[in-house]
Amino acid sequence: MRSPVPKINNLRLMVMPRIYDLRTFGGMIATENLTFQYAPETPMLRFPDVVCAAGERLLLLGDSGCGKTTLLHLMSGLLRPATGTVTVAGTALDGLTGRELDRFRGAEVGIVFQRAHFVQSLTVLQNLALPGFLSGKGTEGGEERARAMLERLGIGEKADKRPRDLSIGEQQRAGIARALIHSPSVLLADEPTSALDDRSTERVIALLESEADRVGAALVVVTHDTRLKDRYANRVTLNPVSEWA
Amino acid sequence: MKLSWIKIAWRNLASKPLSTALSIALLAFGVGMVSLMMLAEHQLRDAFDRNIKDIDMVLGAKGSPLQLILANVYHVDAPTGNIRLADAEKVMRHPYVAEAIPLAYGDNFQRYRIVGTEPSYVEHYGAELAEGRLWETPFEVVVGARVAREAGLKLGDTFFSSHGLLDETDVHTDKTFTVVGVLEESRSVLDQLLLCNVQTVWGVHEHKGEEVEQEVTAVLLKKRNPLAVLTLPNLISDTNMQIALPAIEVNRLTQNFGLGLGTLRTIALLIMALSFASIFISVYDSLLARRYELALMRTMGATARGLYGSLLLEGGLLSLGGVVLGAVVSRVGIALLATLVEDKFRYDLNALAILPSEWLLAASAIAVGLLAAAIPGLRALRLDISRTLSDA
Repeated sequence: MRSPVPKINNLRLMVMPRIYDLRTFGGMIATENLTFQYAPETPMLRFPDVVCAAGERLLLLGDSGCGKTTLLHLMSGLLRPATGTVTVAGTALDGLTGRELDRFRGAEVGIVFQRAHFVQSLTVLQNLALPGFLSGKGTEGGEERARAMLERLGIGEKADKRPRDLSIGEQQRAGIARALIHSPSVLLADEPTSALDDRSTERVIALLESEADRVGAALVVVTHDTRLKDRYANRVTLNPVSEWA
Repeated sequence: MKLSWIKIAWRNLASKPLSTALSIALLAFGVGMVSLMMLAEHQLRDAFDRNIKDIDMVLGAKGSPLQLILANVYHVDAPTGNIRLADAEKVMRHPYVAEAIPLAYGDNFQRYRIVGTEPSYVEHYGAELAEGRLWETPFEVVVGARVAREAGLKLGDTFFSSHGLLDETDVHTDKTFTVVGVLEESRSVLDQLLLCNVQTVWGVHEHKGEEVEQEVTAVLLKKRNPLAVLTLPNLISDTNMQIALPAIEVNRLTQNFGLGLGTLRTIALLIMALSFASIFISVYDSLLARRYELALMRTMGATARGLYGSLLLEGGLLSLGGVVLGAVVSRVGIALLATLVEDKFRYDLNALAILPSEWLLAASAIAVGLLAAAIPGLRALRLDISRTLSDA
């Protein structure tokens, strides 16, 4: 294992023209000069720099097809950028090998998907044990903590059910629980509300906020949902790819 | 709520019980058949060899040499006929012969053969008396362990014999046999025989004082000199006798028998190939169906190699299940076969022995399962997480 904080980060710390409190830097996610290309003949995607500190929120806005999901995948290390850097909790992702990146992502990044997916052969509770097990981080408090979390999200009685036996709304809440159960530094939410009505949207976003606060994670919401566009002051709007050239 | 890869693999298998059951059943069937054949072949050969035990040649009436061996060494076939003791003695007393054991028979008790012979026959197989003593005078018999058990004969019991070897209808009610000894189990042909002296056999057929020609059915020979195999047959070429070599005849038998086993083995290997395909398809299918789940697990920290390992584990668990079930199948099979064989030929097959070659079979079956998972599993190694997640 190489050092989780490569030297180059210290350098970036100094040049980073941000006003965030350095105490919270550990929980921060920041991107710099990101570009990405899906294939040699396709246009080079360029992304604005974004930053979100621990306990803070960030909105990534934009209509479909402007690379929101691509940016989210870059931020979580699921895609490697052509150029530029992603720093999560003080670690530059480009300094990690594939294996290290998998582990690091598992431990430090929680992702809430538009539609929650689960390992269907496992119970809800076992699915909640997955992040701790797969990242090698373990889950503090284990089952107790998971049950308490499900209880808080109003699906405590579903703990031993199969994911497919839950309603869509319940699955969404279980998905939030899974993304946060292992206390990641960053919570990325990909269109968490686009399929929901107004009331559910408010409930889900409030849950995301309160649960992210509880573990002190930076919350990044990626959405084209206009109901959310004014929710956070820290927001970045992506332009459609066609206008980039 | 502790998770492990084994638990995850197990849950995945359990969540598609039909496909899992099919894969396991096919493999179990293939493994079971192959190991059944290995067991049957091994145990028959073992039983054959145990009974040949230092019998180099068998002297008997002309006819099929294989039949002569089967009838006189194993007591499973009808004898080829009788020979005159006077003729046989020429061979028995030859300097090249180390040991000669005469066998005379033609009667049975509850279908167990009553064989007139010398005490050296008992010594030859190293059998011990469980109780009583060896026969001394005519119509005293020593019974084999199996006979004592199955026919319920005890020391001091008396019985009549029936004429022939299979029939129980023609009973010689004028001559009474007395049990004077019972042998310990020797796992040889002696277990299923009733032994007495040769005079007894002649005596049974001696009617109203008329003299019976002194005949024996066969003589088991042990050579003193290797040349015996070449010399002795010449000695008897113009009589009604022949000399057969058990080793050669049994070899011929197992070779013919081996042909049948070979066909069955091919079928069993085909079944194993099918089970390979079944596991392959099962893993491949679950891979396609679970592509999103695999990508999801990657986002939660699973490495590509970890996921690959978990798919191998699924294949491994399937094949392990197949091997264990296959071992059970073959044991049940051999037990059934044993009762059949015992009934027909009065031979014991020991159902529980595990052969070294079976470990090899188990190892290769597990290798088949791993390989069947390893190939489709390569897709998990190359999985494009981002695209898989975006496509969903």
